[in-house]
Amino acid sequence: MVAEKTPLLEVRNLWVKLPDEEEYIIRGLDLTIHAGEVHALMGPNGSGKSTLAKVLSGHPGYEVTDGEVLFRGENLLEMEPDERARAGLFLAFQYPMEVPGVTIANFLRLAYQRRFNTEIKYTDFYKILLQHLKKLEMDASFAGRPVNEGFSGGEKKRFEIVQMSLLEPVLAVLDETDSGLDIDALKIVANGVNSMRSPERAFLVITHYQRILNYITPDYVHVMVEGRIVRSGGPELALQLEEKGYDWVRSELAGTATP
Amino acid sequence: MAQPDILNLDQDYKQKYGFYDEIKPVFQTERGLSRRVVEAISIEKGEPKWMRDFRLQAYEIFLSKPMPTWGPDLSQLNFDEIVYYIKPTDRKGRSWDEVPEEIKRTFDRLGIPEWERKFLAGVGAQYDSEVVYHNLAKQWEEKGVIFVDTDTAVREYPDLVKEYFGTVVPPHDNKFAALNSAVWSGGSFVYVPPGVHVEIPLQAYFRINAKNAGQFERTLIIAEEGSFVHYVEGCTAPVYAEEALHSAVVEIIVKRGARVRYTTIQNWSKDVYNLVTKRAVAYGDAIMEWVDGNIGSRVTQKYPSVYLLEPGARGEILSVAFAGDGQHQDTGGKLIFAAPYTTGRITSKSISKGTGRASYRGLVQVLEGAHHAKCNVECDALLLDEDAKTDTYPYIEINEKEVTIGHEARVSKVSDEQIFYLQSRGLKKDEALTLIVSGFIEPLAKQLPMEYAVELNRLIELEMEGSVG
Ligand SMILES: Nc1ncnc2c1ncn2[C@@H]1O[C@H](COP(=O)(O)OP(=O)(O)O)[C@@H](O)[C@H]1O
Ligand SMILES: [Mg+2]
Repeated sequence: MVAEKTPLLEVRNLWVKLPDEEEYIIRGLDLTIHAGEVHALMGPNGSGKSTLAKVLSGHPGYEVTDGEVLFRGENLLEMEPDERARAGLFLAFQYPMEVPGVTIANFLRLAYQRRFNTEIKYTDFYKILLQHLKKLEMDASFAGRPVNEGFSGGEKKRFEIVQMSLLEPVLAVLDETDSGLDIDALKIVANGVNSMRSPERAFLVITHYQRILNYITPDYVHVMVEGRIVRSGGPELALQLEEKGYDWVRSELAGTATP
Repeated sequence: MAQPDILNLDQDYKQKYGFYDEIKPVFQTERGLSRRVVEAISIEKGEPKWMRDFRLQAYEIFLSKPMPTWGPDLSQLNFDEIVYYIKPTDRKGRSWDEVPEEIKRTFDRLGIPEWERKFLAGVGAQYDSEVVYHNLAKQWEEKGVIFVDTDTAVREYPDLVKEYFGTVVPPHDNKFAALNSAVWSGGSFVYVPPGVHVEIPLQAYFRINAKNAGQFERTLIIAEEGSFVHYVEGCTAPVYAEEALHSAVVEIIVKRGARVRYTTIQNWSKDVYNLVTKRAVAYGDAIMEWVDGNIGSRVTQKYPSVYLLEPGARGEILSVAFAGDGQHQDTGGKLIFAAPYTTGRITSKSISKGTGRASYRGLVQVLEGAHHAKCNVECDALLLDEDAKTDTYPYIEINEKEVTIGHEARVSKVSDEQIFYLQSRGLKKDEALTLIVSGFIEPLAKQLPMEYAVELNRLIELEMEGSVG
């Protein structure tokens, strides 16, 4: 790894809370991701993983009181959510939203046009969309269905990866894409991710369980507890966690003096 | 989807529809309403005595009825400021070449002749008070279909007109029905012989050009047994800062086994009071469908109705309203179950934006003896802003035991999470909103012929522009 290269993402001392609360959800988080890397972010429920993912994507509901986030050297926090997407940031949602009455084809054609700053005819786009659906083993009929409406949990997750595949992000954040997937679906999703791994692209795979990391091998594993990364290491860290549970990190943490 | 200019919403209506022609009408009545004005209209039209008497009686009824106060605020509507009859030209064409040049240009600009060539069976075009163009494709004429303006019908088909005119919406029905009955002019007369299916739509386009104009068209559709027709109407007006009044009456008779679909895309400029009475009667196994889209106007009061008179009759009302800044859309529908085994459904979708207010007002009435009537009412309101308002007034009167009536109402706000989801895929905030709104009205768009669905979506896009600060 070339150390002097500008990181794709650089999070420095990030502090995040809800606007009308005093309690912080993210408490001085640091994270650096370079192109070509796959990072896994693990942590118990409520540790702030989704909040981090949403803040990176520009969710308006959170207040960043301190710290900075650079995406390819630029101040990410000043950008609108759609600008971030067009710049190549992608978030696979833990809970994808339903948009009644809007077909996947109509929605994603618009997204495609914005992401690649181009105009594309409906029929041409349709062909492209079908390829990506197929890759994630989703039926072509999904193209005409309303976005996420009536989808099973697994279909929703798979559809997130279809979108990632279509929009070719530079940095993809996958928020618990593995939860709720059976083993076959998990493999399909992992294949989708692995096929996109490249020296130009990076992934932040947020997960509660080690299971998905059997299929997507991370370069780094971080453990998040109470709004900050308390431990980082290689893939072996995930296995240790699996074995000893999150209480292990917590108890270790209790032993260390706070800085 | 073309990306419209975000800052110039009203500018855009002005450019596309809001222009006006400097034409000198060949005849117009003096400002305000009086017995003399009513007579002048009738004389100018050279009408038979029975119609003149009908008008004068209606005028008395109009005077005797108080201004309705149960609905939207009509206090700014001044009857004395309106010009009730404006005849733009003496000529009426069956080909566009016969239409005076500047008027033809208006309809060209609105795309009407082009639509006619492409996919319509017939077109009527009304400009202020008079229909200036009317044509029905030969093929339908040969089958005995009649599609003319209502004034022509009074002259050429007096027996049919006398038999049905004012029977579905009598003058004393309400103040504005009385007003229309007194000063009506133009509108369409449609007659479909037994068993004839007019497979492609007939369209009427209504244009107000003059300032402070009143437009009072009168439409009468008679669908004989086993026939079918789809009638579509659209409308626009210039943007003046003074009120104009549109008060139409539409009467439809759907005989046994016939089916009529009546589609409206109302896009009046935001100074028009749109107070319309639309009603149909449906006989045995007949189907009446109202598809009513209200986007424009300052105030609209319109509740398309179906009276289900014989067993097996069905009424469908689909109403979509978009209330933007300063607009009040008071819309809905009425179903009167007057026979056993009749069915119906009202679906209402409204969107309120800025200071707009959308009200659903509906009546479901099951008369004694109408056992096994089945009715479902569904109202969905979508609020786009904190200040936007919506309310529902669902009146249900049931005088029979064995009936099935369902009613559901929902109010939703566009959720920040939904917008964020779409934005996180690269859509701009107002694109995200527009997409959510277009998804919301999709059930209506799906009912429309393709061209109208595209038009409706485009109008919604226009309304959505600049909706995010
Ligand atoms: N919009 C929100 N409203 C209320 N509480 C929130 C919101 N977002 C996050 N939180 C709280 O912040 C904490 C972290 O949540 P989250 O980021 O979803 O954790 P994780 O994804 O690690 O399970 C939790 O206690 C959660 O309840
Ligand atoms: Mg989470």
